[in-house]
Amino acid sequence: MRDSNKFKIPIGPQHPALKEPESFSVALRGEKILGVDIRLGYNHRGIEKAAEERTYIQSLYIIERICGICSHSHSTCFVQAVEEIAALEVPKRALYIRTLIGELERVHSHLLWLGVAGHEIGFDTLLMYTWRDREVVMDLLALLTGNRVNYGVNTYGGVRRDISPEQAREILKGVDILEERTKYYIEVATQEVTIIQRLSGVGVLSREDALKLDAVGPTARACGVARDIRKDDPYSAYAEVPFSVITDDHCDVYGRTVVRVKELMESYKIIRYVLKNMPEGPIAIKAPRKIPAGEALGRYEAPRGEDVHYVKANGTEKPERVKVRAPTLANLQAVKHMLKDRYLADMPIVIAAIDPCFSCTDRMIAVGYVDSNKAEVINWEALRSYGIEWYRGKGIDFSKLNKEFSRRAIS
Amino acid sequence: MTVCENIKQQLAAQFPGIEERVKIPRPRRIFVDSSIEEFKKVFEYAINELGFKHLCTITGLDELDKFSLIYHLAQENGVLLNIKISLSHEDPVVDSIIGYFPAAEIYERELVDLFGIRVNGLPEGLRYPLTDDWPLDEHPLRKDWKPKTAS
Repeated sequence: MRDSNKFKIPIGPQHPALKEPESFSVALRGEKILGVDIRLGYNHRGIEKAAEERTYIQSLYIIERICGICSHSHSTCFVQAVEEIAALEVPKRALYIRTLIGELERVHSHLLWLGVAGHEIGFDTLLMYTWRDREVVMDLLALLTGNRVNYGVNTYGGVRRDISPEQAREILKGVDILEERTKYYIEVATQEVTIIQRLSGVGVLSREDALKLDAVGPTARACGVARDIRKDDPYSAYAEVPFSVITDDHCDVYGRTVVRVKELMESYKIIRYVLKNMPEGPIAIKAPRKIPAGEALGRYEAPRGEDVHYVKANGTEKPERVKVRAPTLANLQAVKHMLKDRYLADMPIVIAAIDPCFSCTDRMIAVGYVDSNKAEVINWEALRSYGIEWYRGKGIDFSKLNKEFSRRAIS
Repeated sequence: MTVCENIKQQLAAQFPGIEERVKIPRPRRIFVDSSIEEFKKVFEYAINELGFKHLCTITGLDELDKFSLIYHLAQENGVLLNIKISLSHEDPVVDSIIGYFPAAEIYERELVDLFGIRVNGLPEGLRYPLTDDWPLDEHPLRKDWKPKTAS
């Protein structure tokens, strides 16, 4: 029997409210989500294959462009693996600089997320505020590297740019401003009633499910799972830097918000420590063009969670294999789980809460009835008259009023 | 004894002959070459007895005469166990691990699309990451696959 309350709504891949091309096929009964199929791959650029056909130096710059927001995460993760194979002793100062850029990147990413989250729940003032403040850290990154994103700081055996004392002073000044603002955001996130009510109990993922579904990053930490590669599997200078892993027990979008704003404070702490304790010395050692045969796995705590790069070298100047697993892919099953049996209106913020920059619940192009597997294309006109008829069936008729309005509009 | 050495000994005690196939290149990294026959037991032992509860990802490799898969498992303390198995190049088939790790679904779909490896037990679903009109017999990460336009 055909259940007319069940709908399948395709959202994307091209959609005005999506920030990137992805496709969601949402099965609904009324407002409730029965299940979601997520189709990814529209951004697949064949980077792994491209890396195999290029030299290590060329690959490094392609790998950095996997993501516009966590570009430093990917390039650091990749160089770590290659350096491990080539047994390169990276100078300490270079490791500190990598850590510094990595934390500045986390600050810009988390502030960006906070703005997007505000936007998704209709709190656009928060978006305007956070993105204004984010400019402080963007300017710092541009000052240090010449770029707002894709910093090009890493190279095999170290980094390409040193930090001058003047730059260090500028960073500290910027961090003071950001810290002040972040304290305010923590207040907003933990006291503002609208935020608490809108985000609490939305996108729930229990601790057990987070573990079972291999959630990573702030998504896992907001479920009380203290999973942070910076602590568990330290790289760069993290083994020497004191900081705490922020967790929260709310297990919902609210918890993910709290984790991120509090992590900002930890990042400032790390940045100050790194600047104060940065060792003197060279920033890079010479790396060979040909990397000896071997394999290694790099891990990195990107702003969105664990990033994994596997590299296999064959003794030539081109890698044999590069495998990349970005954090969003690891959180995919968790998102599907969070959406099930929840309301369609929560979908934008639940998806945004793992931080893939997503939004939207919009309009249908085709309506497929779940149990008949038949899809029919509905145009705007048909959808509109369907709505009018539906209300008429409930005894509500706006046709007279509509006529009156159109008469007024014309005259 | 380091944590990794300890894990190596536990594996050696459980699976005779595996010891010379375990490598510890650096702290917190263990690489194990497993035969396809013993894989399931090693895998289950790693999860249930050794506490490797987190799957980082699955890497596929085209090694010309064979395909290899590496299952990257992690403990919460940062130790990684990389279990490698080899499949025939003519007819690469492997059993799905989504029963152990639901998150593996998308990694296994990648193996299907990019390497042409058949995964038993992987439910029907949307393909990833290639487009719907991509030829089913073309697998870009195979070494003999070259892009049609020169790079």
